[in-house]
Amino acid sequence: MATSGTKSTRSKRTDSPVTSHLDDLVATKEVLIACGPGGVGKTTTAAATGLIAALRYPKNVLVLTIDPAKRLANALGLEGIGNDEREIPAEAFNELGLTPKGQLSVAMLDTKQSWDALIRRHAPDVATANAILVNPLYHNITSRFVQSHEYIAMERLYDLHSSGKYDLIVVDTPPTRNALDFLDAPERMADFFASRLLRWLITPYRSRIVNIATKPFYQIADRILGSQFLQDIAEFFVAFQSMYDGFVKRAQGVDLLLSDDRTGFMVVSTLEPVPAREAKFFVDELNRRKLNLEVMALNKVLPSSFRSKDAATVAERMREDSDKIADKLAGKIFGGDVDLNSVSRVLKEVGTSFQNFQNVALQEASLEKTFAKTTGYVASVPFYDTEISDLASLADLGSRLWM
Amino acid sequence: MSQLLDSSLLFVTGKGGVGKTTVATGLAWLAAEQGKKVLICEVEPKDDLSASFECGPTPFSGTEVNDNLTAMSMNTEASLREYLKLQLRVPVIGRIGPVAKAFEFVATAAPGVREILTVGKLCWEVKEKHYDIVIVDASPTGHIVGQLAAPQAIRDLVKVGPVRSQTGWMLDILSDKEKTGVVIVSTPEEMPVNETLELTKRIANETTVNLQAVVVNQVLPELFSHTDEEIFESLKSSESIDILTQETKGDSQPVLDAARLAVTLRRSRLGHIERLRSEVAGSIPLIYLPYRFNRLDGIRAVRATADALGEEI
Repeated sequence: MATSGTKSTRSKRTDSPVTSHLDDLVATKEVLIACGPGGVGKTTTAAATGLIAALRYPKNVLVLTIDPAKRLANALGLEGIGNDEREIPAEAFNELGLTPKGQLSVAMLDTKQSWDALIRRHAPDVATANAILVNPLYHNITSRFVQSHEYIAMERLYDLHSSGKYDLIVVDTPPTRNALDFLDAPERMADFFASRLLRWLITPYRSRIVNIATKPFYQIADRILGSQFLQDIAEFFVAFQSMYDGFVKRAQGVDLLLSDDRTGFMVVSTLEPVPAREAKFFVDELNRRKLNLEVMALNKVLPSSFRSKDAATVAERMREDSDKIADKLAGKIFGGDVDLNSVSRVLKEVGTSFQNFQNVALQEASLEKTFAKTTGYVASVPFYDTEISDLASLADLGSRLWM
Repeated sequence: MSQLLDSSLLFVTGKGGVGKTTVATGLAWLAAEQGKKVLICEVEPKDDLSASFECGPTPFSGTEVNDNLTAMSMNTEASLREYLKLQLRVPVIGRIGPVAKAFEFVATAAPGVREILTVGKLCWEVKEKHYDIVIVDASPTGHIVGQLAAPQAIRDLVKVGPVRSQTGWMLDILSDKEKTGVVIVSTPEEMPVNETLELTKRIANETTVNLQAVVVNQVLPELFSHTDEEIFESLKSSESIDILTQETKGDSQPVLDAARLAVTLRRSRLGHIERLRSEVAGSIPLIYLPYRFNRLDGIRAVRATADALGEEI
């Protein structure tokens, strides 16, 4: 349920509103990446945007989601679909009285499955692939390490994009330790494979000769980790290195896609102080890297009517004249059958509550203004106290965001 | 709560955006005010501590941000240097460059190396009793288990060598209920509560660390008593709005909307609080912190949180 009597707001654009911002986005972008601080509705916003695009435009849209909440997964029919894409059938829309102009598919990222597929693709032969897949270190790398998660997410995106099946892919990014790690992941992956260090690490176990350069490292590593463990690592990397060429080429491709003009970024945030601070970092960083920051999506923004000065005056009078107003109300509304003090107390409380919210709303207004300066387009969704439980509520959210 | 600050090592975790750093810094401030010697450490160096305390950078070596309160940011490479120097007496000063780079790769590949250097440093501070309490602004719910379970994981993987023997005393500290605990921060909303409940299970099943408390942040005050709410409901009729508009000489709709929002939010959040209470073991206290309409930031937020936590004791 949305707050009664309020409408979503949208920052005014300076050019004429012949085409909406979404028109432009859908016309020019093939990939839209949602990023931003944790807990601000990134996944939901990405899904709602993809859904709206499929409803309004004759496009084949894919929503690639990393870690959806259970209810959102339900809403999108994602449960139990593993790593495959699934098209949402027309009947699902028709039941809700919706007739999409395009098609909507959804996919979820299964890190393990995606890594396995990648290894099979790049390994020179089945034996090498299997040797890697059963290595205990492999499991650890692919399941526990956040950066591998980030890399595989971008890799999968690249794969889906180059398949050419979709006109627009909307993807949310995994919660990262460092805000924009996912942008560096492809490069780091390529660096890793190209590095002399990797060769250093492997050499002694091939030639059994420890050269002068690697000696200090092995001395320390042996003392810390024990040589058996080190050998496990080396064996793993020997197998892994056979995939060098394929991996590096691939990582470079992923890197190029991120900075391509067909790729746009959407920073999602709320206007609470901490997420807003983090979002500002995202905006600055995307701009610094000259990536295409297309839109700032702000969730849970208080309705603009809460910013009204007139309403503040009303709230003030309601508190000050609560006895008098209670008296008037008592006769006409409650037919005299009410405790005047209670009515007065309720009026005071209502007035105070507004003043509390206005305090927050004004802080939000100021933050929103700051963001509008650094981001071309700001879309905001008013405080929305409902959980997304089906396509209808998701479409509702989407249409509030993209008016 | 008083027991909470009697711990020597507290990991404060939670889903992103719930106020994990605010609670960690608030706890640290409160403990320091009570005269304890406190170290607060952010595990993911995002300058959150420096923003919270409105101070300069918080280096690995620590910086005093207030009386009795030292703040530091984790740096696994610095932790490795310290470890090599203190534990293994390895002379690495001259050659740390390539070693650090090699370490970077090994740490990426070998499970738990980065984690154990993080947890190891924190346990070390506890072991050496440099502070009365070490409060950790830990990784979010998704990563905390990996960190807390790292000593055990390393123990399982590395069969011999000094690292294995090092895990022993760390495990002793981590599994000591009197000494070490986890605090999960949540807001009364669906996703944070889901993650909190999931994490309580994972902590019990996959780590040896004890869950000490769940902090429920951003709890909205109850606006009306039951009878007052009935009165409020009557105010939304058009006749009532006419009277209000007449008496206050302005549009009263937004004002009523704000109260409506407060009531709706309070109600939906209450459901999530009830879910938390019924599904978290009864022995784990829930600590409630109020929603802040003034949206404080920085040092004022730290102080306000410390005060609120102090009252919950």
